[in-house]
Amino acid sequence: MEITMTVNGAEYTRDVEPRMLLIHFLRDELELTGSHWGCDTSNCGACVIWLDGAPLKSCTALAAMAGGRDIRTVEGLERDGELDVVQQGFIACHGLQCGFCTPGMMMTARWLLDRIPDPADAEIREAISGQICRCTGYENIVRSVRWAAAHSRGAAGPDGSGAHEVTV
Amino acid sequence: MTAVQEQGTPMGYGSMRRKEDARFVRGKGLYIDDVRLRGMLHGAVLRSPYAHARILSVDVTAAEAHPKVRAVITGETLLDRGMAWMPTLSGDQQAVLATDKVRFQGQEVAFVVADDRYAARDALELIDVEYEPLPAVMDARRALDDGAPLIRDDLAGRQPGPAGNHVFDWDAGDAARTEEIFARADVTIAEDLLYPRVHPAPLETCGAVADFDTISGKLTMWSTSQAPHAHRLLYSLAAGIPEHKIRVISPDIGGGFGNKVPIYPGYLCAVIGSIICGRPVKWVEDRSENLMSTSFARDYHMHGEIAATRDGKILAVRVHVLADHGAFNGAAQPTKFPAGFFGVFTGSYDLEAAYCHVTGVYTNKAPGGVAYSCSFRITEAVYLVERMVDMLAFELDADPAELRMKNLLRPDQFPYTCATGWVYDSGDYARTLQLALDKAGYAELRREQAASRERGELMGIGISFFTEAVGAGPRKHMDILGLGMADGCELRVHPTGSAVLRISVQTQGQGHETTFAQIVAEELGISPDDIDVVHGDTDQTPFGLGTYGSRSTPVSGAAAAVVARRVREKARIVAAAMLEVSADDLDWEKGRWFVRGDPDHGRTIAEIALAAHSDLDLPEGAEGHLDASCVYNPPNLTYPCGAYICVVDVDPGTGKVSVRRFVAVDDCGVRINPMIVEGQIHGGLADGVGMALMEVIAFDAGGNCLGGSFMDYLLPTAEECPSWELGETVTPSPHHPIGAKGVGESATVGSPPAVVNAVMDALRPFGVRHADMPLTPAQVWCAIQGRPLRTDLAIT
Repeated sequence: MEITMTVNGAEYTRDVEPRMLLIHFLRDELELTGSHWGCDTSNCGACVIWLDGAPLKSCTALAAMAGGRDIRTVEGLERDGELDVVQQGFIACHGLQCGFCTPGMMMTARWLLDRIPDPADAEIREAISGQICRCTGYENIVRSVRWAAAHSRGAAGPDGSGAHEVTV
Repeated sequence: MTAVQEQGTPMGYGSMRRKEDARFVRGKGLYIDDVRLRGMLHGAVLRSPYAHARILSVDVTAAEAHPKVRAVITGETLLDRGMAWMPTLSGDQQAVLATDKVRFQGQEVAFVVADDRYAARDALELIDVEYEPLPAVMDARRALDDGAPLIRDDLAGRQPGPAGNHVFDWDAGDAARTEEIFARADVTIAEDLLYPRVHPAPLETCGAVADFDTISGKLTMWSTSQAPHAHRLLYSLAAGIPEHKIRVISPDIGGGFGNKVPIYPGYLCAVIGSIICGRPVKWVEDRSENLMSTSFARDYHMHGEIAATRDGKILAVRVHVLADHGAFNGAAQPTKFPAGFFGVFTGSYDLEAAYCHVTGVYTNKAPGGVAYSCSFRITEAVYLVERMVDMLAFELDADPAELRMKNLLRPDQFPYTCATGWVYDSGDYARTLQLALDKAGYAELRREQAASRERGELMGIGISFFTEAVGAGPRKHMDILGLGMADGCELRVHPTGSAVLRISVQTQGQGHETTFAQIVAEELGISPDDIDVVHGDTDQTPFGLGTYGSRSTPVSGAAAAVVARRVREKARIVAAAMLEVSADDLDWEKGRWFVRGDPDHGRTIAEIALAAHSDLDLPEGAEGHLDASCVYNPPNLTYPCGAYICVVDVDPGTGKVSVRRFVAVDDCGVRINPMIVEGQIHGGLADGVGMALMEVIAFDAGGNCLGGSFMDYLLPTAEECPSWELGETVTPSPHHPIGAKGVGESATVGSPPAVVNAVMDALRPFGVRHADMPLTPAQVWCAIQGRPLRTDLAIT
């Protein structure tokens, strides 16, 4: 079947099997491999993207369900050559190690900060509680999101410079 | 003894940001499933639904007729090519695709190659396998019974030692002397402890893209490999391809934790698929395949004993272990150590004697055993001794912190040869423990606990003190498949003064591209930004055994320092020629050789590099260029240590455990990048919470794996983890070139007993001395009722 969707601001049309999962559509058809697949059961959240502005585990949706909808992935976080403050925070606070869960974590973090600009630790932990990280023990992910919250009004340079001076 | 600093002085560039993050935060990493080659096909594995069954027939007719299927491979196909079996890292053989029997649920039976991943999966449904189910051995404690079903009939006549389901017997220490001490000790305690089967479950599963060039005969093997050079040898042995015709590329790896040390049948199926089809073949397992068929960890059934005086001097520890190795002995450890480094169960205490005996058995479960950041089974060893010490405190009604403090090794005892012969290099254990107690506010916690008990609340405080032994290892003692565990390293400084470092170890998130550049930067005065670290490609890197057992910094990190010092010495000769003085008259300051007593008269490393490549007249014996290589053979392991304190609250109504606080003071010697070190520790602490409270791969009597998805195999999320509170002491390793010790696994090794000790401490009012992990609400509830469960079997 033919489906059309907007991904990171660009429109794509592809002819795919009706059963194709959205994560496979993004990765295999559009070659947007930043979103990852980590389980079959919607537990790990490595595949989290945005569907019409809300986080979605894209292993749990068919590509067809996203027809006519608006998708944003990790590749769409950076704008005009400038990293999103969440991306800067993850670099500054060592919020990633192997990097596999990172895109999903950052998409959730960006969504959280859009709703709660200055979240408490408990709110950050709850927001990412549907996602698994095997490397960081979550501590530095929480710090990264706090850093991003603290720097959302442009305190950091485009590459996250100045991060180490900031206590978060 | 070496000096101890409370606040460590890291290497010069300290907590610099990671070079690798620029691609990862943009979603531009290259993980195995991101690899896409021209003409690439997709493979899928058909797996056994039975734990033990004879294969009567395999009919692939319908699958082969599928329009998108390019090949269907069975055990018979492989027998014809002599590839039905592959060597394991323990020198056993493992079926690539089953020919005679299946021996665990999830075992590989057939492989389909198709145009896309969906079609490959569809075709699996079209394969008709007829099985004759056989009785299975699911309880390791029944594996050696008379009349137990024989699992490995393929080994008939080839197996040394007792037949049946026996794998090996191994012991360490002095049995007679230990018995003598137990016979006269005031206090002896015995307890059965299970370290359950768990799984490293990296977020990225295992996979490969095999690309066999039919013209040159060269195999390029993209794969999730923690040990590319060792894998090249294994592929050569299993597939009969000469080693020089195999290139193993390990791209970005989404977590390893030991899961990606062995090779798996799926990798070889991809190779065979590529040979047969003449096109690249990708195979990436799904999560259930990962949990059910790839390397598990632990599964140690331990009978532990501890002997002490009435006033709490620990005299001896003894342990008998039944080790469940699954259907094939696929454990990855140095050859002379079939139980890994379990021999370090002597822990952090000055014992008069110790003895352990380990019996390995086959069961109808997936193979593996050495994985999940275990430091070759020091996880099991530390869990054993730290639980036994706590049980001793329980029996003596002693404070577990005081009891440990009384028995810890003293700084003046290092280097210390423990009762099983391991030579601990350095440490100041009492200082490390005291710092943890201070950070936790231990005395105040105990007061709070006393008050909370009055109110009927179940608050627990648990302590563990661990000694690790990492950085395998000295070649004369340690090899895997006959390959000594020394690591090569090559450094080349370019004419403009930037450099490339080639290492043999393989990062899985540890940040090697940053830390290894920092090591060289510190030695040569080149900015880490100007040093490119090359890894993960056997055609591009020197030989070495890979990253596991926390060996990267102790072995390859040492190699990087050594090779940089060699380059520095070459630079000295060149500088002497440039300055027209004797090399002996030069002094080094970071980045520059200068004339002794005349600091203005010198040459920077960049100036020297350019001159080394120029027409400058060099003294005889100097070859020009500025590069060096080395093979580092570590003289000993490094022995990091740490003191961990966990505070839990147990809900008396449900048995649910909440980790309130976790204090971790680690001593891993000199820290190269403290930010990265702390990140490693954070991750390991979460592992400990997971293993202690929720993770287990259990089986039912019919052989069904009960932990085959993340719905069943529970991992901690941000909600289950507290905000970790870290501290450090720094006791440099006396034999490592920069004084560093490994740290990647310390927290995974050290934290589970702290959590379990805390829960047992909380349950003290009920007289509960021990219950096995995982301490799920059900297990805690049963323990409170005085009937803790066996967690390796289904609840019946």
